[in-house]
Amino acid sequence: MSALRHGRLELAAAGSWTARHAKALEPLIEAAVAQAPQARAAAIHMGAVEAFDTYGAWLLERLTRTWTESGGAIEVLALPDRYLGLLEEVHRANRTPRAMPPAENRMLLALEGVGRGTAGIGRNLVVFVEMLGAIAHALVGVVRQPQTLRITSVVHHLDRVGWQAVPIVLLITFLIGGIIAQQGFFHFRKFGADEYVVDMVGILVLREIGVLIVAIMVAGRSGSSYTAELGSMKMREEIDALRTMGFDPVDVLILPRVLALVIALPMLTFLGAMSALYGGGLVAWAYGGMSPDIFTARLREAISVTHFEVGMIKAPFMALAIGVVACSEGLRVKGSAESLGRQTTSSVVKSIFLVIVLDGLFAIFFASVGM
Amino acid sequence: MQDAAADPAIRVRDLVVGFGDHIVLDRLDLDVRRGEILGLVGGSGSGKSVLLRTIIGLLPKRQGTIEVLGVDRDKASEAERRAIERRWGILFQQGALFSSLTALQNVQFPMREYLDLSEALMGEVALAKLEMVGLTAADGDKLPSELSGGMTKRVALARALALDPEIVFLDEPTSGLDPIAAGDFDALIATLQATLGLTVFMVTHDLESLRTVCDRIAALADGRVITIGTMDAMLASQHPWMTAYFQGKRGHLLDRGRGAGHQLPQIGT
Repeated sequence: MSALRHGRLELAAAGSWTARHAKALEPLIEAAVAQAPQARAAAIHMGAVEAFDTYGAWLLERLTRTWTESGGAIEVLALPDRYLGLLEEVHRANRTPRAMPPAENRMLLALEGVGRGTAGIGRNLVVFVEMLGAIAHALVGVVRQPQTLRITSVVHHLDRVGWQAVPIVLLITFLIGGIIAQQGFFHFRKFGADEYVVDMVGILVLREIGVLIVAIMVAGRSGSSYTAELGSMKMREEIDALRTMGFDPVDVLILPRVLALVIALPMLTFLGAMSALYGGGLVAWAYGGMSPDIFTARLREAISVTHFEVGMIKAPFMALAIGVVACSEGLRVKGSAESLGRQTTSSVVKSIFLVIVLDGLFAIFFASVGM
Repeated sequence: MQDAAADPAIRVRDLVVGFGDHIVLDRLDLDVRRGEILGLVGGSGSGKSVLLRTIIGLLPKRQGTIEVLGVDRDKASEAERRAIERRWGILFQQGALFSSLTALQNVQFPMREYLDLSEALMGEVALAKLEMVGLTAADGDKLPSELSGGMTKRVALARALALDPEIVFLDEPTSGLDPIAAGDFDALIATLQATLGLTVFMVTHDLESLRTVCDRIAALADGRVITIGTMDAMLASQHPWMTAYFQGKRGHLLDRGRGAGHQLPQIGT
């Protein structure tokens, strides 16, 4: 595009006025606009333009618009007829200025964030208790009329969160048991306390590590899938559809999932604990030089059924916490893919946090009842 | 304007597409001329969407060639393929808007990726596109989950048109819209086609859109294009599916729309 003076400003346009060349065109147009105050009248010859699309049309429109706004007059000359419709279309666009949101005070925004976060903690608690109440209500209904329990669904979820989780749970707990034993031998050997490694492995695995590791794995593996499933059902209005057909989503979707988790977690905990003891025993044999006979004999002395009970009692409560958090987070998913991701993350983080808090509360409880 | 017959926008030859044992498209030939609106019709499961998705490269083909704007994807380099993808726009059946971006950001997305424009120009052109499809600036700040079905389709069309493509593929653009909204959408497509000189490839079930906006219609049955031509050619076809489709209960609406000048061939009952 070149500019010539003839009393009024004459501009001649050439080449392609298209999306690909919009970047190069824009500064040229702006340079032309900058001359606006000097020349009252102007004309732009479009005859030599080879290609013209919405981008070109908008740039031309912008040129004429700014020119006219600053009090000048501009004429568009010789624009090929086939492009007139497009220019006309663009001429009508962008007429209403977009309302920009007023800039906000950073300090206030930060304060607002803190406030909302604090209120959010309370709301989370309410949501959790609501879901717990809804599940309890559904459970009462099932106890009254056992035939309303969706057995097929429970078994299906039991298969997914229980049976299919067995290999990975066995593997991880086996490794953890082995690692604890190895660390025990390595450090206890310095003061000749080798045999106490068995006490440590036995008590730690049965009381704490077994159930904790399994619960954390289940929260990551099954809790997240519950949230994602329910969340995408929410997004596709499946949950609304259930409700309008007269079904309670808690009965149909949530109770079977939570029940399956409550049944599966103690079983997985048991398997995990056994696998961890086995791993510990193998390491004791291979690394610590303690024969399996001595290991089992020592184990029998060190642990009692109480230790086992302490671990197993905790499991269903942890399962309930995971299930309730996973399902309530799933139902909080909004329309976007991003919100599905956010709720799934928050489901896993919250349920692991709750599992650990519960473990701490149980530790206090068992200490005070002398178990 | 080049010779339309010699240099079609889309040329499909001998195309075979199947899934497992099931052959969906069987040695199909089709030409889409430059600057026309072609409507593709066919029964449910006849492979309309499969054909569209094969042309745009989302589904693999077993045999045959597809040339879009003179470029065969199989022989093209990666860069040539990318260049072709910039020259077409696609409106998916469900809109396929990015759910975490606002309507305006959805339209800006291809511009941001492909064109190196100033933020101001990008915003203005995107807004102009939204207004061209009949939305307002206020709609631009909404998230896809806050849009109605018709608005979603409009935003999706604006996004398909973001780069000023030469070809637009529309997969059932009027499905799920009420007749008034569907009529508006048809008029919009016709206007944009006329102003931007687009080639439009439209899969549709809407007899009204076929009648009002399509220059030519291609009918798909038994894995092939059985008839291609104007509405008159469709009505004259003797194929059983064609007679059921165009002269069935709903087809009679066309009759009224077309006025008394045309005599329907009497076939069957």
